[in-house]
Amino acid sequence: MSVLVYAEHDNAALNKVTLSVVAAAKAIGGDITVLVAGKGCGAVAEEAAKIDGVSKVLCADNDAYEHQLAENVGDLVAEVAADYTHVLAAATTTGKNFAPRTAALLDVAQISEISDVVDADTFKRPIYAGNAIATVKSSDAKKVITVRGTSFDGVAAEGGSAAVESLDAAKNAGTSAFVGEELAKSDRPELTSAEIVISGGRGMGNGENFEILYKLADKLGAGVGASRAAVDAGFVPNDMQVGQTGKIVAPNLYVAVGISGAIQHLAGMKDSKVIVAINKDEEAPIFQVADYGLVADLFEAVPELDGKL
Amino acid sequence: MKVLVPIKRVIDYNVKVRVKADNSGVDLANVKMAMNPFCEIAVEEAVRLKEKGVVTEIVAVSIGPKTAQEQLRTAMALGADRSILVETDEDVQPLGIAKALKAIVDEEKPELVILGKQAIDGDNNQTGQMLAALTGMPQGTFASEVNVADGKVKVTREIDGGLQTVELTLPAVVTTDLRLNEPRYASLPNIMKAKKKPLDTKTAADLGVDLTPRVTTVSVEAPAERQAGIIVGSVDELVEKLKNEAKVI
Repeated sequence: MSVLVYAEHDNAALNKVTLSVVAAAKAIGGDITVLVAGKGCGAVAEEAAKIDGVSKVLCADNDAYEHQLAENVGDLVAEVAADYTHVLAAATTTGKNFAPRTAALLDVAQISEISDVVDADTFKRPIYAGNAIATVKSSDAKKVITVRGTSFDGVAAEGGSAAVESLDAAKNAGTSAFVGEELAKSDRPELTSAEIVISGGRGMGNGENFEILYKLADKLGAGVGASRAAVDAGFVPNDMQVGQTGKIVAPNLYVAVGISGAIQHLAGMKDSKVIVAINKDEEAPIFQVADYGLVADLFEAVPELDGKL
Repeated sequence: MKVLVPIKRVIDYNVKVRVKADNSGVDLANVKMAMNPFCEIAVEEAVRLKEKGVVTEIVAVSIGPKTAQEQLRTAMALGADRSILVETDEDVQPLGIAKALKAIVDEEKPELVILGKQAIDGDNNQTGQMLAALTGMPQGTFASEVNVADGKVKVTREIDGGLQTVELTLPAVVTTDLRLNEPRYASLPNIMKAKKKPLDTKTAADLGVDLTPRVTTVSVEAPAERQAGIIVGSVDELVEKLKNEAKVI
């Protein structure tokens, strides 16, 4: 068996989620190669070479891969995949974007967001917004898989000494072009890797009121998330959304403030170790999954909590 | 230009699903079914493009059981001009669906295909991307804004760190994210009119595609239940529990 892991990065540094994907690759077994595709991504390749358990790093440094456009990356990975039995990518918006494209080019099914590896052909994955866990077996010769980062403990970022090989392959499909991007700036820990996450919902009332959550989050070194209701109401940007259609988080502590706990929100956070809910409606479904519930007005409870930490 | 909108019949998003006792799957008997929410957004976007005069014809298509006709009628009540049902009782999976859709794209030659980003039953998030790969079209996934002009489509995409805008050459595939639009409701007169709109039925054999699943489901289990929690009486008690009992802060 031989596993190709697609590295998630921003051309400057490796995203930690890649360590979780390598962990999934280890569970499958066999030689692990990491593919770094980007522009000016040499430093990322060096970083990838140090990951524990990686035997080789392939670096495709080309203008065509700068913004990870699916048309170009999908083609590249499909070509590189020829030598591997498994192709793994993180279930991030990048991985979800190109992996199905690669799978279709290889004429194989893709298995999305695996949460566990049973054996080299069999995997577990959540379906129906996490309300059921399916064990699926692939009959394809080659497996293209995306990995739910929060379900695997990342391997050590140091300890490996893989050789870096550069790839000349430059695939530019020429049908798509990057126009621009607007990235939300935040000094707080990234949501999907934060140890503590504090999320606000419709109950926050408006965007300004999120300040009390930011203050509490900064004290705890926590990331701040939101429910879809809070995002749709324009309180916060959409990249803060936790849920079936947003980010999947599994921190040690998840604090849900003014969030009722719809099925779609629970799908994104119910694997958290400890869940705290602060809500004034004692009937709110969030209390059914909360380890500790506090029935109180959040505008009194949150500042009080902040003061007592 | 012509737009193709693939839609899926799924369990209603408000239903709390139950896993069957024999772990063979999820119990769908007598459960309310509906159009997948992301597909509704796709239909709405197509209708808005038609209202803007960019689009001349909207063709809705579904691959699934006979009952998926209901969802195609809904799409037509919302503004689709006609629809195609590829009828099958097979457990259809994204690769098979993408192949069937490719056959329909080859026939219909739409300039834009708008799909939902994922179906809320399988949570796969693959079909649009696979269709794009098979047809060689560029893809604009997780779209929160779509602008068609001069043979190109500009798509603003929701990515992990924020938003990204890409420009694609038509024909192209777009998959919708939640914030693209707010779907309208079908009015009663439109529901009545939709009954008269054409609905073609085909089979996978007509299209020459093989829908056999490549991935078999070994078992389906309910997720691990969380231990029942407690309601604390005060912030002090909460802090005390988090520090000493849960030891998370």
